[in-house]
Amino acid sequence: MKLSHIEKLESESIHIIREVVAEFENPVMLYSIGKDSSVMLHLAQKAFAPNKIPFKLMHIDTTWKFKEMIFFREETAKNYNLDLLVHINEEGVRDKISPITHGSKIHTDIMKTQALKQALDKYRFDAAFGGARRDEEKSRSKERIFSFRDKSHRWDPKNQKPELWNLFNTKINKDESVRVFPLSNWTEIDVWQYIFQEKIPIVPLYFAKIRPIIKRNNMLIMVDDDRLELKQNEKIEQIQVRFRTLGCYPLTAAVESSASSVEEILIELLETKHSERQGRLIDNDQIGSMERKKQEGYF
Amino acid sequence: MDLETFFKNQNEKKQLKILTCGSVDDGKSTLLGRLMYDSKNIYSDQLSQTQTESEKYGTQGKKIDLALLIDGLQAEREQGITIDVAYRYFETENCKFIVADTPGHEEYTRNMATGASNSDIGIILVDATKGILDQTKRHTFILSLLGIENIIVAINKMDLIDYDEKIFQEIKQSFKLTSSQFDFKTEEFIPISALKGDNVFIKNKNIDWYKGKTLIEELEQISLFNYEEDFFSLPVQWVNRLSSNFRGYSGTISSGKIKVDDEVQVLPSKEKNKIKKIITPSGEKDIAVKDQAVTLTFDKEIDVSRGNLICSNEKHNYFSADQFASHIIWMNKEKMLPERNYIFRFINSQIVGKITDLVHKININTFDKIASKSLGLNEIGYCKVALNKNTIFNSYKNNKRLGSFVIIDQFTNQTLAAGVIDHELRRASNISWQDMSINKNLRSSINGQKPCILWFTGLSGSGKSTIANIIEQKLHNLSKHTYLLDGDNVRHGLNKDLGFTDSDRVENIRRISEVSKLMIDAGLITIVSFISPFKSERKMARELVEENEFIEIFVDTPIDECEKRDPKGLYKKARSGQLKNFTGIDSKYEIPDKPEIILKTETKNAEDLADQVLQYLKNNNKI
Repeated sequence: MKLSHIEKLESESIHIIREVVAEFENPVMLYSIGKDSSVMLHLAQKAFAPNKIPFKLMHIDTTWKFKEMIFFREETAKNYNLDLLVHINEEGVRDKISPITHGSKIHTDIMKTQALKQALDKYRFDAAFGGARRDEEKSRSKERIFSFRDKSHRWDPKNQKPELWNLFNTKINKDESVRVFPLSNWTEIDVWQYIFQEKIPIVPLYFAKIRPIIKRNNMLIMVDDDRLELKQNEKIEQIQVRFRTLGCYPLTAAVESSASSVEEILIELLETKHSERQGRLIDNDQIGSMERKKQEGYF
Repeated sequence: MDLETFFKNQNEKKQLKILTCGSVDDGKSTLLGRLMYDSKNIYSDQLSQTQTESEKYGTQGKKIDLALLIDGLQAEREQGITIDVAYRYFETENCKFIVADTPGHEEYTRNMATGASNSDIGIILVDATKGILDQTKRHTFILSLLGIENIIVAINKMDLIDYDEKIFQEIKQSFKLTSSQFDFKTEEFIPISALKGDNVFIKNKNIDWYKGKTLIEELEQISLFNYEEDFFSLPVQWVNRLSSNFRGYSGTISSGKIKVDDEVQVLPSKEKNKIKKIITPSGEKDIAVKDQAVTLTFDKEIDVSRGNLICSNEKHNYFSADQFASHIIWMNKEKMLPERNYIFRFINSQIVGKITDLVHKININTFDKIASKSLGLNEIGYCKVALNKNTIFNSYKNNKRLGSFVIIDQFTNQTLAAGVIDHELRRASNISWQDMSINKNLRSSINGQKPCILWFTGLSGSGKSTIANIIEQKLHNLSKHTYLLDGDNVRHGLNKDLGFTDSDRVENIRRISEVSKLMIDAGLITIVSFISPFKSERKMARELVEENEFIEIFVDTPIDECEKRDPKGLYKKARSGQLKNFTGIDSKYEIPDKPEIILKTETKNAEDLADQVLQYLKNNNKI
């Protein structure tokens, strides 16, 4: 009996999740509602079966997520009986920070990075799971599975601890923390294959449907609510689109697609020519921008 | 392709973890870029981003620089070198590859060892225009040390030597001289040009003299043998008792397989049991195999915890011991010091221990064994390790998961080193502790005192010995039994073989700690007056005795003041270079985090400070 590639990945991830529970006092799973988070959550359930997941989940809500994401989040929490925290940067809300008026850089920093740091400080979590994968983006490809963060949640890419075998360095001092990435070695195709095999529920936004879309800077942006004001010459079109990655709706570009099931997505993916992060406007601010954001504490 | 075929293919695809290594500019990143480009695992937006970056940072003029697809971090792009381990993913019709891209720069041996620890196959790149370099030998050695059984030697840049077979053969022979000293199971040689793509995915007619496989064919067709043991073993990672009616033992199977109803034993207790249920990631099953993360339940309830090993009842080679011999790869700027306490991280335990002997250091270019007192960054040594308590392990050769460890600094939490266990060492088992009928408490009760160590630490000239002397006089006047161990005096006798290097300083303090422990046992108030500059050794001394017996006294005098006093003229000598390794000048002093007592000599005189210590002893019922 030989394990397939996916079975090896699955066991590796479960091992990582259990290691955190064995070694840390107050872990949390960052739940972004996306497909990777859905897979991570599914793996966590397997890791502790037949019992419940022994830690909290947390969603950093920028208040600009797609409505369907929030609906899905609530459904998931109910169906799986999860202990789910939702954190919003109230100062950002008070200052009316918006991706539309302030741009992606400021919005992401305040509503995502700063919000995350606030929440980690507030609940004093010493380990935070994230669903990031190394194949997503170049700076991620070098990140450790157990990635150290200092007291101010900063990542120092040049001073990462060597990580050998599956012997993870879990030693931290007071107020320091680690980010843990159980899906480090999964690729986008692996994730979809696993969702298909395991019938993992995901947000319907991943499936093609006719949605209200405007074209802005060569990107297809969905008009999810009336906070997105149309500029001159822009008009709402009904286009069949889906999303390869989910974030704040004004910052997440859709792709034209007719793939309305996981099978069809997989076929599309095998023929596609663009990486999933292409739809993330925030990565394209400047060369090396993801690396810079990660140093500042972004997930 | 229809979906059914697709999934069948996906499920049958093997997973191959490969490591690319070679010297600077051998073309590792270019080769990886080539593998991903030719296997069509690069998306067009990534390609156009690389194109933009190529024009800015690239080495190929206006042409795309495939190496830039791979080099992730910004600093590296600017310097044009890879400085860390990056993982890359690509797939072909038959295989899914996980590639560790590790740097060839001389000072980055640690990254290569990191990549090798998680790889099945090593690709060693050799620049055909340069031949075998010292670093090539070093990489070969590390691959062998980390148990890589299969290597492929890709002789690159063949286009620059006009695809000359003679040069290829020369390099091949020269490499074989090196590798014959190791035990690789398979070893293949392929002439390639990563830049042009020759013999990576596509055969090239320029190399028609080469009849072998392309690199990708070689990788896809290689058969990996597992030379490890196949007895069942599972290091208990975590005990699942989240609900009252369930108790399961979770962990990843490190060797062999397990079936329901199999008889097993738990180490170190050697208690026997029978497997009742096996919960795998795909639910309850009758059987589970190596690398699966499972939860097992037993027939009868016994006490099992993280750190234990569940293994085959019939046969096993695991040791439960506290000493072993191992190769250690040092990965930090902070040097390895024998006798210093470190945290040893094993698969499911973390234990304080130390390297008692550095048997030899290995010159990784010539593979010669050389005598040495310590290991520096990127050095490899053969060491004896002693732990504070037993743990369960195997030799690395038998079981990689149970034969490997990393060393972590107790204070900075840095990962300092990685080790592979060779064999267990038996402690002289015929020396057991002699029970004595008169103990510490009885001895000290005669004197109306509680034994303790007053451990003075501080810079040379800070006033340690002066204050220590006064305290001893005062205690003597109170009819207390004391003994003063003074740094300078002890160095004339017990420690006269020791100098002032970091490793000698560690040994110096270790001996003093042991002597103090004997003095405590004799019921004495022991006053130790040593610079004792390192936190680690002060911690070691503290941990040798019982809690509350160790009183750390930091004599806090700024270095400028010490230098002004300079009672022995030592600072002057150190400043002029006549005296090496002088604390505060060219050897560091680590200030205590939480000493029991801090004495500020700038604001109070020695007499008052001695009284401050006496008061502490009274308050804590020592006298």
